[in-house]
Amino acid sequence: MSYDLKMRVWRGDSGGGDLGDYTVSVETGEVVLDAIHRLQATQAGDLAVRWNCKAGKCGSCSAEINGRPRLMCMTRLSDFDESETITVTPMRAFPVIRDLVTDVSFNYEKARELPGVELGPRDADNKRRMMQVDVERGQEFRKCIECFLCQDTCHVIRDHEDNKQAFAGPRFFLRYAELDMHPLDTHDRRALAQEAAGIGMCNITKCCTEVCPEGIKITDNAIIPMKERVVDRKFDPLVWLGDKIGLRNKDNDGRVEP
Amino acid sequence: MGSAHEGTRHPMTGNEMSGSSRGGMEHHTFDVVVLGAGGAGLRAAIAAHDAGARVAIVCKSLLGKAHTVMAEGGIAASMGNVYPDDNWQVHFRDTMRGGKMLNNWRMAQLHAQEAPERVMELEDWGALFDRTDDGLISQRDFGGHKYARLAHVGDRTGLEMIRTLQQRAVALGIEVFMECTVTDILKDGDRVAGAFGYWRETGRFVTFEAPSVVLATGGIGKSFKVTSNSWEYTGDGHALALRAGASLINMEFVQFHPTGMVWPPSVKGLLVTESVRGDGGILKNSEGTRFMFDYIPEFFRAETADTIEEADRWYDDKKNNRRPPELLPRDEVARAINSEIKAGRGTPHGGIYLDIASRRSPEFIRRRLPSMYHQFKELADVDITAEPMEIGPTCHYVMGGVEVDADTELSAVTGLYAVGECSGGMHGSNRLGGNSLSDLLVFGRRAGESAAAYAVSTASAPPAIDPVDVKAAEASALAPFDVAADAQGGGENPYTIQHDLQQSMNDLVGIIRTAEELSASLGAIEEFKQRASRMVVEGHRQYNPGWHLSLDLRNMLLVSESIAKAALAREESRGGHTRDDFPGPDPVWGTKNLVVTLDADGSGVDLHEKPLPEMPAELRTFFEEPPAAGEPKAPSVEPVETPEEGKQS
Repeated sequence: MSYDLKMRVWRGDSGGGDLGDYTVSVETGEVVLDAIHRLQATQAGDLAVRWNCKAGKCGSCSAEINGRPRLMCMTRLSDFDESETITVTPMRAFPVIRDLVTDVSFNYEKARELPGVELGPRDADNKRRMMQVDVERGQEFRKCIECFLCQDTCHVIRDHEDNKQAFAGPRFFLRYAELDMHPLDTHDRRALAQEAAGIGMCNITKCCTEVCPEGIKITDNAIIPMKERVVDRKFDPLVWLGDKIGLRNKDNDGRVEP
Repeated sequence: MGSAHEGTRHPMTGNEMSGSSRGGMEHHTFDVVVLGAGGAGLRAAIAAHDAGARVAIVCKSLLGKAHTVMAEGGIAASMGNVYPDDNWQVHFRDTMRGGKMLNNWRMAQLHAQEAPERVMELEDWGALFDRTDDGLISQRDFGGHKYARLAHVGDRTGLEMIRTLQQRAVALGIEVFMECTVTDILKDGDRVAGAFGYWRETGRFVTFEAPSVVLATGGIGKSFKVTSNSWEYTGDGHALALRAGASLINMEFVQFHPTGMVWPPSVKGLLVTESVRGDGGILKNSEGTRFMFDYIPEFFRAETADTIEEADRWYDDKKNNRRPPELLPRDEVARAINSEIKAGRGTPHGGIYLDIASRRSPEFIRRRLPSMYHQFKELADVDITAEPMEIGPTCHYVMGGVEVDADTELSAVTGLYAVGECSGGMHGSNRLGGNSLSDLLVFGRRAGESAAAYAVSTASAPPAIDPVDVKAAEASALAPFDVAADAQGGGENPYTIQHDLQQSMNDLVGIIRTAEELSASLGAIEEFKQRASRMVVEGHRQYNPGWHLSLDLRNMLLVSESIAKAALAREESRGGHTRDDFPGPDPVWGTKNLVVTLDADGSGVDLHEKPLPEMPAELRTFFEEPPAAGEPKAPSVEPVETPEEGKQS
């Protein structure tokens, strides 16, 4: 069954822009990205939009739908009333390039600042052993599809452009936590998480968790444990004393700072 | 020389905010330029970097979004973590039989031998695979593989693989040019001199001067209407190679994955992983019959269960039972599903039922298949732990691709390498599930190393880009903007041509083919070419998808013609090529490959036959081993002997 959908889509570039009004013929069972594609194929051939898999797996088609950060491919039209106008705007936390496409290079810069995994040698039989229960915590975080919706919604950067320098954002706290919980990693990145990535600026309002299309419990499972680990290092008096008198720091599992 | 960076280009993404229309040309110099940032491209770039080369990765999308991310099931590698009897010889045999013996034996051998170490490398670089009870990398069952062999992470193995490789490449500081499309390979005489392309973001042109270019651009699925592939899959590497003077082989073999979603319409074609069947899922028609038992081919009869009881026992006791027919290679299952639907035993939305709900607990399904659960719940309102899925065949993978040397991945053109889905030979006429991700890793590394070694060897006399070629490439890329100005009556919409091409390929060059329909498709492709010459795009060069499509469409047309021409010539049915008018395999066709090259005026392709490389005697013995105890001896459908040299022209 098809019907005419009223849409408002932001058109413009870094110099400015406006919402354009469109009417698009859509089918029951379609998603917002289908409507955008039909608009592109029939009315606005140069409408700029990122997308790849159209299955919620690549995280390319992030935008704000009626003001809410979402993947266009996973937002079903049936979630809206047929008479409702759907407004699609680009992610607000990043500079616009054109139409719905934003410059997300901030995220790639932050990725480069984060030292990667560093495992010890393999076992004697050239294999590695880790228990399922121990890899599962990291696996939850590695479900991240890098749609950057958590970054977009995080008010530390969304509303304060000047914080970007000192704040890596939820996506990268997830990465810090993942590496910190890797059973075989040898690095201690707590100082980096605190100082370079600015995890202390997060005041756990959980907005990132709410918009995560993968349902990763970013705040509860990654950020809060990571904050606790950072605090242990910095403020635990026993750890402080151990450091001072040269005792082995048991708190870091034998990890060393990169 | 040295790289002439524009001042405002972002060091990591290459993003540039200026939209100046026909402004200056950006120029870079590297040893190795890798086109594509999926598993193959990233692995090649890492290998070339490790070999000491200055490497650039150029990709059409953002880093980490390539199609590898969609791979679900796993990476096939005979690590023997679950079944110690597994080894490279068994994997090699499975791969060759899955490809109906048309594989390049040397590639299949290298692939089976090197895959385990490539998987271990991923683990070294941070991948978190699912574990066995002993803490080793777990391995799962898949179609056509004798043993549980696929290293996996739930059903999102591709995401794990691309993220691991991406993070490795970033850690190594490899330069990545994102959202940058290459439209021409540039040459200096007979050798590669570099590549020409444009920034999607600004429309500005860019040249990469490099002695080695590695094509890792993936497949061609976007030429078909029902496909699991993304917009990027427009056969760029295939077409770039043809235009540079290289050849493609096995283009008639296109894999239709048996299980794509059929409803709702917006997700028609979206992949449903083979792991559903590997983990116990079965196929049923609208009458409730488990129909795969009616479609067991002679070639696989000896190793396939012929009763439901035996098939169900296999999941727990693989020694004494044979595999369920649902786990036959993909070509067999896709054809069977197609036949059932055609016979009127399909579901309300024109598919077949894939049922795991009645066979496994909801907890098991959610743990083993989390993204399938999520995908059906979110997009189709179907709870796969409670009800069956509706599925049907979808265009998934092209076995054909650039003809390369098995050991070095070098094409017929000096300095031009190809790897992954855009290369050909490894999978023969049909690819086994799980063999793609391992293919990317094994040959990605080999291509990167050989591209780096060759680039170093040119240091004293490196190839140079000819400015005349750059001017020509520029004019060609801008042509769609100028069409309206000529008197021919421009105005064809690239989206409409693409839509019509997809429909035509689906209808005429799909899963079941006939001479009549293939001939018709070649006629249709000629018409599309005519229409494409009159394409016009609106707007300007900054992030303009209409313009991008108009350029990709040229590649799609060239690749579609290659497929249709080869499919018309091969008068037999084998693997991913099924001819209604030639329903069986033909032993003579089993000894030759079809090769396509660019024709004299550069607008289409010519077809040639070439004898299959001859397998050495010691490998041939793997196909002559006596059947395992209790299994009847399979009647040999086709001889595995290779032709005497000189027998074929």
